[in-house]
Amino acid sequence: MHVSQNWIDIAYLIAACLFVIGIKGLTKPKTAVRGNLLAAAGMGVAAVVTLLNEHIVTYEVIIAGVVVGGLIGAVMAKKVQMTSMPQMIALLNGFGGGASFAVASAEFFRGSANDTVSIIATGAAVLIGAVTLTGSLVAFAKLQELIDGKPMGFPGMKLVNAVLFVGSLAGIGYLVLNPGNEAVFWGLVAAAMLLGLLLVLPIGGADMPVVIALLNSYSGVAASAAGFVMGNSALIITGSLVGASGLILTSIMCKAMNRSLTNVLFGVMAEAGEAMDEDEVYAGKVKSTSAEEVAMLLETAQRVVIVPGFGLAMAQAQHAVRDMADTMEAMGIEVEYAIHPVAGRMPGHMNVLLAEAEVPYEQLKDMDAINPTFEQTDVAIVLGANDVTNPMAREDKGSPIYGMPILNVDKAKTVVVVKRSLSSGFAGLPNPLFAKDNTLMLFGDGKGAVLDITTALKEG
Amino acid sequence: MDFVAQLTLFVLAIFLGVELITKVPPTLHTPLMSGSNAISGITVVGALIAAGSDSGLLINVLGFAAVVLATINVIGGFMVTNRMLAMFKRK
Repeated sequence: MHVSQNWIDIAYLIAACLFVIGIKGLTKPKTAVRGNLLAAAGMGVAAVVTLLNEHIVTYEVIIAGVVVGGLIGAVMAKKVQMTSMPQMIALLNGFGGGASFAVASAEFFRGSANDTVSIIATGAAVLIGAVTLTGSLVAFAKLQELIDGKPMGFPGMKLVNAVLFVGSLAGIGYLVLNPGNEAVFWGLVAAAMLLGLLLVLPIGGADMPVVIALLNSYSGVAASAAGFVMGNSALIITGSLVGASGLILTSIMCKAMNRSLTNVLFGVMAEAGEAMDEDEVYAGKVKSTSAEEVAMLLETAQRVVIVPGFGLAMAQAQHAVRDMADTMEAMGIEVEYAIHPVAGRMPGHMNVLLAEAEVPYEQLKDMDAINPTFEQTDVAIVLGANDVTNPMAREDKGSPIYGMPILNVDKAKTVVVVKRSLSSGFAGLPNPLFAKDNTLMLFGDGKGAVLDITTALKEG
Repeated sequence: MDFVAQLTLFVLAIFLGVELITKVPPTLHTPLMSGSNAISGITVVGALIAAGSDSGLLINVLGFAAVVLATINVIGGFMVTNRMLAMFKRK
């Protein structure tokens, strides 16, 4: 069947419009499901019209690839646990980058890249795609705890990375002058794949949300570069949409962690200020409480804010927390959740985990919305969160976390912190919140403590 | 398509992307990432052409790899996004 290229291009335009409308749907929880379906429909349109392309002569390889890929994708999407979503997205980012890399390689060997622009675009797609592929695999392995989450490196690593990067650019330059040199092409592939590994290995587990967002952006840029190679408008538009999306999320995560992008990428931790002595912060000032006391406190409260951290999700305590919140609401208490941008392992992760436990999304408040309300809050319950509530970020100019946006839980009338011990969080700092006059520590396992409070509430 | 036209599309789409994405609330950032990831599987377009062309075995092998990876991305991405968003929908 032969269809004029114009009609195919118009179909691609329709697909791109469906993607834009789809993403627009994602701006509201109510329209989000439909938005996702519209975007999927756009992908269907793009894939189907592509099959009419005059260069496609056989369908066996295509059918085999779609069946294999479709099965793997469907099983992954069905099986993955919500706590493992960051790993899943890391893996999908990598596959996206890998696909663009393979497409650009195919174009190279077909010899279709012979003018300067398309050779540079091919090189860019190979470089970015291969970096995304291997970098995402490392991020996946770290998050899945297949390898140690700690920063890994060796002396001179930055120099090696710089050499690999400059070498890759030089390789692309060489290909512009000598199109079709296969040895140089394979050298570029090897350098880019190694670069992806070495770029992500030195980044610590706590910084993974930034890395995932950035790799998300790369996978988009790689697709866009592949679009330049093929002269395909759908790829260019869509790739740059995704590239922009990843970049924005990267900058949001950096801001929330008080780290600059360069610090994250080069594994620089904030300068430690004068060491704060834990004993000095906590000595004689920490008040311990019991589940029954907390229940009594809650009974007289009008407004309660729950501050969940990733520890809560690791303990699978989301359902127990919702139960506790439901019990309080039945007693006429207003309950909301304060979600810090880095509460989970990736942007918006905690919201998904709570949504899975059927917490209504209207009760999930982001940092800027909830912070002004803490002064009118009777009890703030901190569950498995630490650094994001540390008032030193606001008050102590010498502190390494100074300037990091935090949840101002200490402004609530009473703060209940549920925690196993006074141990420090990722930042390795003592938290003066635990020693404040209005703070009560409920020591113990998070899920157990929540269940105990709920029982005491129901009995009281 | 000539280079300047391509570049024009690229730059305008980035501006459009920034405008669109900044309006997505933090609550939906994870589904946004998985969804935009699925959309970046648009590379499947290039993958299909490489896999179905008659330009030699190497091209078809690369095309097959690209089709598999891109399809995982598309199917896995849209399905898992749908699964997450369905949880936000119910009240």
